[in-house]
Amino acid sequence: MPLFYRIVKHLCLLLWSAFVVMPFLWALSTSLKDANAITSGATYIPWLQFQPSSQGWRSLFTSASTGIDIVGPFANSAMVTLLASLISLTLGTLAAYGLSRFEFRLGFIKNQDITFFFISQRIMPPIVLAIPFFLMLQQLGLLDTVAGLVLVYIALLMPIAVWVMIDFFAGIPKALDEMAMIDGCTPIGAFFRVILPNSIPGLVVAGMFCIIFGWNDFFFAFTLTFTQTQLLPVAIVSLNSSVTPWWSLSAFALISISPLILIAFVVESYMSRGSLAGAIR
Amino acid sequence: MYKSKYFFLLPGLMVLLAIIIFPLLFTIRVSFSSWDVFQPGLDNIGGKNYGRVFHDARFWQSLVRLSVLSASSVIAQYVLGFALALAVWREMRFRRVLRVLFLVPMMTTPVVMSVVWRTIFHESLGPANDLLGMIGLSVPWLSNNIAAFVSVMIVEVWQWTPFMFLLLLAGLVSLPKEPYLAAAIDGAGPVRTFWQVTFPLMAPISIGAIIIRLIEASKIMDTVYVMTSGGPGTATETSSYYIYIRGLRDFQIGYSAALSLTYLVIMIVSLTIIAKVLVRLLVAKDA
Repeated sequence: MPLFYRIVKHLCLLLWSAFVVMPFLWALSTSLKDANAITSGATYIPWLQFQPSSQGWRSLFTSASTGIDIVGPFANSAMVTLLASLISLTLGTLAAYGLSRFEFRLGFIKNQDITFFFISQRIMPPIVLAIPFFLMLQQLGLLDTVAGLVLVYIALLMPIAVWVMIDFFAGIPKALDEMAMIDGCTPIGAFFRVILPNSIPGLVVAGMFCIIFGWNDFFFAFTLTFTQTQLLPVAIVSLNSSVTPWWSLSAFALISISPLILIAFVVESYMSRGSLAGAIR
Repeated sequence: MYKSKYFFLLPGLMVLLAIIIFPLLFTIRVSFSSWDVFQPGLDNIGGKNYGRVFHDARFWQSLVRLSVLSASSVIAQYVLGFALALAVWREMRFRRVLRVLFLVPMMTTPVVMSVVWRTIFHESLGPANDLLGMIGLSVPWLSNNIAAFVSVMIVEVWQWTPFMFLLLLAGLVSLPKEPYLAAAIDGAGPVRTFWQVTFPLMAPISIGAIIIRLIEASKIMDTVYVMTSGGPGTATETSSYYIYIRGLRDFQIGYSAALSLTYLVIMIVSLTIIAKVLVRLLVAKDA
């Protein structure tokens, strides 16, 4: 029985791993094909089943003739994601610290309600906000600009930062703040000199999540930009609807998800080290 | 001392309020107007748009479809995610490698992977049918109503099972040891230990994970847009996608505002009910 159980378990893990890896391997193999290799049906192994060609990868960097450009969208995506994540993380961390250490009251509104307001923004379907955002950015003259997208993404990412950081600050003993204040720090000084340096793990995780959600957003980038400020997801979708060959699409897909694969390793290492509260001791 | 607390809270709160509140109020106001491509502007037509929503069969169908899609894919994600988390919970070879591998799909951009999945489901040139062909099958993945629905589900499960896996594994890792010792002393087998110890202990985390996923799944639109564009016909059209067509394609701003507010209210009410029911079902049992 135990042996049978172990075999079944490993078989299942193997099957799931194959399912997980399959799209990546398929994209990699497709990115090395040419027109002949694609139209002759599904093949998988280069050299063995088809002659590999590098045209898919080359086409992404020789943009002018083919109309495929990955460098511009990549730079835009990186700029929007990093700027919005940085601002959201800064504002979100400050707000989370305020909510975890002080009492706020405005009529019947208390700390919990303010926290809920922040986090509940994740429930809002993007479509509800899309049209007003469109009109708002149009009024501000920010449609199809990096600044406009950053503004919208702050609303998208700040709830995530607040959510992670409130949890994190709850795990830092208040005695730490009090000790700093006894030593003569103001509350603001205590935050910057003592709490912030002890919060690196939380900041890293919150930052990772901001980057993931910012980099992966499609809907707002799609509705609020046209041609000047194309982000990666929008660029690949517009390639997908035109007659772009599969080899270019696949290479494009692989490049645009590559930064996030690196992030998976970071997240896993934080998970394996156990709870975040343990990491700060 | 007293003032400095506002230094922390206010910047974030003000920025978020400024970015969110205007659009929300605006949407509410617009939903009472007849703003469309012919007559842009804010007039007042009372609740007419809402009356139209009530009779819009296509909207309600999209809502039913969305419920089936998110409920079935979230259940599948939960079962698979839990199984995977249990499998790599204890010491085993390649544990770290498997964990990273299982996390990767949720990091990848849904739209980008949908483009890849579309080539996989291509009927004559894609590997899905090529592999099924070995056992003599061929599925019209994206051109048959049910098959298109299933392909969207497969992609959803592929993308988001890792999220369940992440939360549930984090939960498993932090479980106390004592109940397992007690169960071992009582001579409980692995199956009984799971149902009487692990599962009840994991109930709060399970509820949290399921609710978060349901919230995210209820917004699904990227995958549908790329893979099927809601088709064939309206077979995979979800509510968000339908509202998108009405609002940003047909430019019926007033009507789509009414649609999206109806959708938002239904989402909040039903998610609250689901959360309450889950808590009663799962937590009351072991109390």
